[in-house]
Amino acid sequence: MATFKDFRNNVKPNWCPGCGDFSVQAAIQRAAANVGLEPENLAVISGIGCSGRISGYINSYGFHGIHGRALPIAQGVKMANRELTVIASGGDGDGFAIGMGHTVHAIRRNIDITYIVMDNQIYGLTKGQTSPRSAAGFKTKSTPEGSIEQAISPMELALTAGATFVAQSFSTDLKDLTALIEAGIKHKGFSFINVFSPCVTYNKVNTYDWFKENLTKLSDIEGYDPSNREMAMQTLMKHNGLVTGLIYQDKERKSYQELVPGYKETPLAHAELQLDEEQFDKLVAEFM
Amino acid sequence: MINQLSWKVGGQQGEGIESTGEIFSIALNRLGYYLYGYRHFSSRIKGGHTNNKIRVSTTQVRSISDDLDILVAFDQETIDVNYKELNDDGIIIADAKFIPKQPEDTKAVLYAVPFTDIATELGTSLMKNMVAIGATSAILDLDITVFEEVVQEIFGRKGRQVVEKNMQAIRTGFDFMKKKLGNIQKLQLEKADGKKRMFMIGNDAIALGALAGGCRFMAAYPITPASEIMEYLIKKLPAMGGTVIQTEDEIAAVTMAIGANYGGVRAITASAGPGLSLKMEAIGLSGITETPLVIIDTQRGGPSTGLPTKQEQSDLMAMIYGTHGEIPKIVIAPSTVEEAFYDTAEALNLAEEYQCPVIVLSDLQLSLGKQTVEPLEIDKVEIRRGKLITEKLPEIENKGYFKRYEVTEDGISPRVIPGMKNGIHHVTGVEHDETGKPSEAAENRIVQMSKRLRKIENIKFKTPVHKNVPHEEADLLIVGFISTRGAIEEAMARLEKDGIKTNHAHIRLIHPFPTDEMMPLVKSAKKIVVVENNATGQLANILKMNVGHAEKITKLLKFDGNPFLPHEIHTKCKELF
Repeated sequence: MATFKDFRNNVKPNWCPGCGDFSVQAAIQRAAANVGLEPENLAVISGIGCSGRISGYINSYGFHGIHGRALPIAQGVKMANRELTVIASGGDGDGFAIGMGHTVHAIRRNIDITYIVMDNQIYGLTKGQTSPRSAAGFKTKSTPEGSIEQAISPMELALTAGATFVAQSFSTDLKDLTALIEAGIKHKGFSFINVFSPCVTYNKVNTYDWFKENLTKLSDIEGYDPSNREMAMQTLMKHNGLVTGLIYQDKERKSYQELVPGYKETPLAHAELQLDEEQFDKLVAEFM
Repeated sequence: MINQLSWKVGGQQGEGIESTGEIFSIALNRLGYYLYGYRHFSSRIKGGHTNNKIRVSTTQVRSISDDLDILVAFDQETIDVNYKELNDDGIIIADAKFIPKQPEDTKAVLYAVPFTDIATELGTSLMKNMVAIGATSAILDLDITVFEEVVQEIFGRKGRQVVEKNMQAIRTGFDFMKKKLGNIQKLQLEKADGKKRMFMIGNDAIALGALAGGCRFMAAYPITPASEIMEYLIKKLPAMGGTVIQTEDEIAAVTMAIGANYGGVRAITASAGPGLSLKMEAIGLSGITETPLVIIDTQRGGPSTGLPTKQEQSDLMAMIYGTHGEIPKIVIAPSTVEEAFYDTAEALNLAEEYQCPVIVLSDLQLSLGKQTVEPLEIDKVEIRRGKLITEKLPEIENKGYFKRYEVTEDGISPRVIPGMKNGIHHVTGVEHDETGKPSEAAENRIVQMSKRLRKIENIKFKTPVHKNVPHEEADLLIVGFISTRGAIEEAMARLEKDGIKTNHAHIRLIHPFPTDEMMPLVKSAKKIVVVENNATGQLANILKMNVGHAEKITKLLKFDGNPFLPHEIHTKCKELF
């Protein structure tokens, strides 16, 4: 059986020292081993940005696509081969700006993949512009007087879009994060995990210390019930979205794959491609 | 007796014009006639003039006819807009209800037939199109029992009474018209051969070709005139274990298809110009990551929303060069419905063999024109997967990556799909080395870029140019692509009669351009006319760029939204001599 070390490769990440993304990388590697995967059965599909490089830093199949499109690529991979474990990942710019359309629709489509967002509230790779997660008033190179737009609340948005698994974590909580990713992989349907992953170079506001001060663990809230969507929404609103843990899970709803009429149990990637004559004649006859 | 007939039915959109043409065509197709139907419609659901022009012939036809024999009108606008096409002995049959006015400057005769009144008397005015079919049958002296089967198929589920009422409507229309005509029987159709043939639109053939070619997944976004492809596949794929996802947008469609192809299934997407514009970045991703991808582009009038329901061939340059940077890409352009079937199946092979995007370029006329098709043979469709590795791979030491982008002589590298043990590698749209790891090194860049571009240098495509070249030395070479083929063939026959030695080359492999195939044809012709539905002469420019001889080339362009008619090509070509 593979251990987390088997999911390490010999590529040295080009992230800045101290970047939150290192922990996310480690958590994915541990979670993959913990759920019993072999490296060849995992495909990590990522977008563009600092965090998008993650698919190259894990010893598994990896596809580093184009900006904002990790989700449709990942859904295509899963549809082709339902036996693969597919993780899509990227940054907050990737998932909540250029790729927001895909995020909302991937949530409501509920294909069985796990989506991990490394949320640092800033554009890092392009050297410090505002992101849809930047708070109002946040000063960046593209908002020198402070951002005058409202920040997106991804967790609340996911709940309204019909998500079946919504979780949030902080990159220093390696143990919790690993457990959430494991739960996400096991969840039958689309699992969405937003990870506060501080940018030590360009974000001087939302720092490690800032998160430690402002985050509330759901496990510390008495009586919190992640199967209660209304409670999930209220708690998020009360804490301004700054909570960590499993926010909501719907274990009843079937995944997309389970609902597609005729969709084979065996991977489509191994389907017979040749039509036999009888099949073809039947199709032809319909046009006569 | 006539062996060819042109019939048109027109009225307001949403009035059942389409089903009138459909029922008429299916029945005649089953009698063994060759049909060619083209619909004139607008981008709205109800209202606006629409018509369906159908050509009936005892031999295969691939073009709209120049003229018109019978016009069935459900409103005055239909008469006003279309009567000029009518022959001198043409006939207008119009619904008496709107008190049709005979146009003055035509010898065609108008008969007012109470379509609506007869239908209403029989139960519902909805059956007025059946009355019109009956009246048409009387003019052509058709045995109306041929409609029984079709009516049964369409209305059978609504019960026997509905079927009988509709047949009664046809019969009453027939009897009424017979009485009106008396002994006049100018348009009696020659008997057809009675053979059963398929009757389909180009999009049906594309979708069927995709199935035959092993496509098991499609991701697409609805758009005119491509939607029929996804609509057909969503009906058929579940029985084969596959499916179609209607995505949130065009970019999701193409990137999902890329993901699925990377995952190992043969997956396609289809769209029209606006969608292709949105897919451009992803096409580059398929190019640099060497992920197979088949895209169908059913061209329509551009730019922007342009003429969304009209014929045009103006995406050519965008399809050849579209996407930033430089990638290997294959663009093929079927010119008949039969070719649309085989070419789509073959596109799936090419995409896997050359590991690059393949664009199947159709146009509205080919995609939506409904016609009788010669038998399609599944035996002629082969599945070739190129350098896809399916057998076990040797272990790689020290977590080394599989050389997915190994530099080879033909530029094509071995390919594995996720799930394969010892096949792990990285895939990225960033320039990369042989294992897929990002690399900005100058030397690597040159090696990898050259490797990719080299792949399609010696592409094998069975018929890169459809040639009809009776002359070693020709006065005229006509060049076209996609749906202009039928009109060019008919114009060519007339030019030959005029004594102008004419050759015809229809280009099917658009990119890489078949220069070697075209060069001798261009050299041996005194004049060249390039026929295309766009305003700038894109195909002519491509021809000049690759083959030269600009001085011989004349552009024959039409960009009013309508397909070429044979006489337009004939007249323009003749003027050159």
